[in-house]
Amino acid sequence: MSKKEKTLNINIDGISLNVPASYSILDAAKIVNIKIPTLCYHEDLCVAGNCRVCVVEVAGWRTLAPSCATPVMEGMTIKTSSPKVRRARKDILAMLVSEHNTQCTTCYRSTNCELQTLASEYNVDNADYLSVLKPNLEIDRSSWSVEKDDSKCIRCQRCVRTCSELQHVNALDVAFKGKDMKVTTFMGLPMNEVVCVNCGQCIIHCPTGALTERRYYDAIWDAIGDPEKHVIINTAPSVRVALGEMLGFPVGTRVTGKMVTALKKMGFDSVLDTDFTADVTILEEGTELLQRLKKALVGKESVAIPMITSCSPGWVKFIEHMYPESLAHLSTCKSPQQMFGALAKTYYAQKKGIDPKNIVTVAAMPCAAKKFEANRPEMKDSGYQDVDAGLTTREIGYMIKQSGLNFVELPEGKYDSWMGDSSGAAVIFGATGGVMEAALRTVYEIVTGRPVPFDNLAITPVRGLEGIKEATIKIEGCVPDYSFLEGVELRVAIAHGLKNAREIMNQIVDGKSPYHFIEIMACPGGCIGGGGQPIPTNDEIRKKRMEAIYSEDENMQVRKSHEVPEVKTLYEEFLKEPLGHKSHQLLHTKYRKRNRY
Amino acid sequence: MEENIVLSNDKRLRRVDLIFSSYTKERYKVLKKILERSNDEIISELVNSGLKGRGGAGFPTGMKWKNAKESAGEEKYVICNADEGEPGTFKDREILSKVPRKVFSAMAICGRVIGANKGFVYLRGEYKYLLPDLNKELEVFQVYAEEYGLNFEIELFLGSGAYVCGEETALIESMEGKRGEPRNKPPYPTAIGYKGKPTVVNNVETFVSALEVFRMGSDEFKKLGIQDSRGSKLFSVSGDTPKSGIYDLEFGLSVANFVEEFGDGDTKAVQVGGASGFCVPRKKFAETTLGYQGGLSGFSLPTGGSMMLFNSSRSMFNVLHNYLEFFAEESCGQCTPCRVGCQQLLRGIEAIKKGNKSAEYLVQLLRLAETMRLTSKCGLGQSVANSFTSIVENFREEMIY
Repeated sequence: MSKKEKTLNINIDGISLNVPASYSILDAAKIVNIKIPTLCYHEDLCVAGNCRVCVVEVAGWRTLAPSCATPVMEGMTIKTSSPKVRRARKDILAMLVSEHNTQCTTCYRSTNCELQTLASEYNVDNADYLSVLKPNLEIDRSSWSVEKDDSKCIRCQRCVRTCSELQHVNALDVAFKGKDMKVTTFMGLPMNEVVCVNCGQCIIHCPTGALTERRYYDAIWDAIGDPEKHVIINTAPSVRVALGEMLGFPVGTRVTGKMVTALKKMGFDSVLDTDFTADVTILEEGTELLQRLKKALVGKESVAIPMITSCSPGWVKFIEHMYPESLAHLSTCKSPQQMFGALAKTYYAQKKGIDPKNIVTVAAMPCAAKKFEANRPEMKDSGYQDVDAGLTTREIGYMIKQSGLNFVELPEGKYDSWMGDSSGAAVIFGATGGVMEAALRTVYEIVTGRPVPFDNLAITPVRGLEGIKEATIKIEGCVPDYSFLEGVELRVAIAHGLKNAREIMNQIVDGKSPYHFIEIMACPGGCIGGGGQPIPTNDEIRKKRMEAIYSEDENMQVRKSHEVPEVKTLYEEFLKEPLGHKSHQLLHTKYRKRNRY
Repeated sequence: MEENIVLSNDKRLRRVDLIFSSYTKERYKVLKKILERSNDEIISELVNSGLKGRGGAGFPTGMKWKNAKESAGEEKYVICNADEGEPGTFKDREILSKVPRKVFSAMAICGRVIGANKGFVYLRGEYKYLLPDLNKELEVFQVYAEEYGLNFEIELFLGSGAYVCGEETALIESMEGKRGEPRNKPPYPTAIGYKGKPTVVNNVETFVSALEVFRMGSDEFKKLGIQDSRGSKLFSVSGDTPKSGIYDLEFGLSVANFVEEFGDGDTKAVQVGGASGFCVPRKKFAETTLGYQGGLSGFSLPTGGSMMLFNSSRSMFNVLHNYLEFFAEESCGQCTPCRVGCQQLLRGIEAIKKGNKSAEYLVQLLRLAETMRLTSKCGLGQSVANSFTSIVENFREEMIY
């Protein structure tokens, strides 16, 4: 709290305290370690005050006050757990349960459901009230990524607020009123027909099982059990710093080695690293950037600058829906997941002497949008579907649980080869600013022959949770090939969360973007805060996962994408050069305009 | 005190002619006269009059104007709530047809007092047919406003038919183009209202009453009514009565007097304040006053003026069922107690009637109604308990058998 801020005296459950005037009762209770139950409240979102579970008694007030939505006032005396409060809370929970599909045993979110937890804590008796659950509600499984089950919706509108406040997408909104009020899409269209970008932020903000990712792990278990199939899995950088949360480790624990061991024990024929193609992405995208800059500066051609990264499939679909006229700004590089799939069924297959038709590529991703991306019809450049399935961190967590492994005790394993080798630059892809940092480490060195001028290669201005970050790097002492960049101040920006992406895009549309290169990630915090990550996710958790990502980088032997031995071999043996013929064929793609609803 | 107790039980029903009284022969002359007084004078006159909001909630009007006046801000708004959606209420329609000049005048005064240049009339969608006449009157108003040096413009805004939009913050949301859902309070509209700016939202009748306060003086105004219930009140009388219609009555009358005048001789209950109000059974007619509690013994019921009379041919179960169906439909649905509670109460009394739940389940439902009263976000959900509890407690047998 700032020193200037006005403070007030209040009393909570007999404890007198002095708190900033901007606090809600809920905030104030937290400082004295009183946990008031909440459902519609989420740290990331604006206050709604609609579930009413957090009500408390304020002396002299006619009604109970929602603690999340009630500001503290001078002299307030608050009881957070009086008989009146407890009775009301239990009643409210019982009401929520009465309109809820209580088949908890078959729910994906069972044991990780906020309603279930509170109903159990308050010992809600299902027999208190009649069921007013709407009959015959159908689960919307139209989307590759997001599954919507209205029978589990408690109408807290966390998803609605997420979709509008954090993402500026507004695919989900409230319709109808009274008993018919529900969270739905434009005209009630199926999820795959609306503006949903599949980011999955609604999923990680949903307190129950109303919104979940579509799950594909049963098909993967079948493939693993099929002796004909060669099943390979590649794990995204941010999975390794979050998976532990589901399996007995504190938030922010790096479990890379244990994860690799677990996946091997589960029967994957090869456990590889998405970081490998993240490094490839840097070479392709870095080269693309330099080409664009050369065309603009030397050839005076009109090319789309700034160039924007294309690793985040939620972001890619967002620009296709919202700014189709600006698609030229998007790098043509596929995301690391898709590059991996395309290379697995060509280069890897050749190298291993396996018929690509028998290869099943699975990607372990912090992401819901990766499922949609894997199923884009154009992603078949290897001659097969490049990526057979994108699984979320959560699905991987459940698979490990299903396999009966004692994850905590597993020894540290190492990624297989080929395509298991990578750099620290690839690991940091998982945090907002990471792709930019990785790209700068390589591009700067290509252009000047020297490493980026930052201590220990840590380009700190592009790190952190600020919504939009900017940095300027002056390029001096260029090698002859890049003399056209001599003295250029390379201006870059990083945005995460689509709300911030929109700001960046509006600048571009207005012709006022001062940047050369922009990184955009759909999810707040980047992939570490992805829609496929363990639940809950909030800023405190994002920070810890982020710290883990950067320490993973520091502990890597190779820290720059262009120095990874297997990547070098890939170019020598197969691709020949970045943006070469094979690269174009396998690693680059096109985008298209999509509807606005 | 003693004297008042007698008063409350003895108060005669008296028709007055305040709200619909003629304006003046000269157009907007009353407005001109009132504008000669200072803003502070006007506020203290209003505070002194004890006038309370006529929409039903009864917030002191003078305080509301004062709060908005004291809220900092260059941009402020005056909104006239003409969403009149409470079942059994039809007085605002009449006011706007007969004396719109009074409404516009009071809005303009409010605008000058609080520092607002813009006013809106939020008109219930079904009252669309009033628009041509209101627009004609507005043209006249605008001419005089200019002549009097008032920088105040009034616009008509048509609602879309949701009951909850009569709740002032839902009304504001709806005007801002959003779903008509009540906001969290505090902050109240007088601090953060339309477009986030300080806003006074008053019922149509409140504006007219305010104008009458300024015209006759607060001391004269206070001679009408009793205790905390001053002035006159419009009543929309309907149901089993030979005299349905709109009546301007001195505030603070007893239900007994009312029934004597308007009943059909067989009145078994009066629903005061519409679906969100209270049901008064015959045995409580004498001890119930229409007005605010302050200083009175017995029961007293604040009201927006909806008076529905039921005779012995009516099933109170059906009456309650009808109200609950209405609420289950008209709740905005955002907060749990109101959205689910309305459905539970409705399904609950159906189940008891059919014998699927025992009579004891009524106790559970009464408790639920109390939770709704304590925890709902706005007046809608909070007041469902009013009709539910008063009907169930007074007509328990009708609910069961």
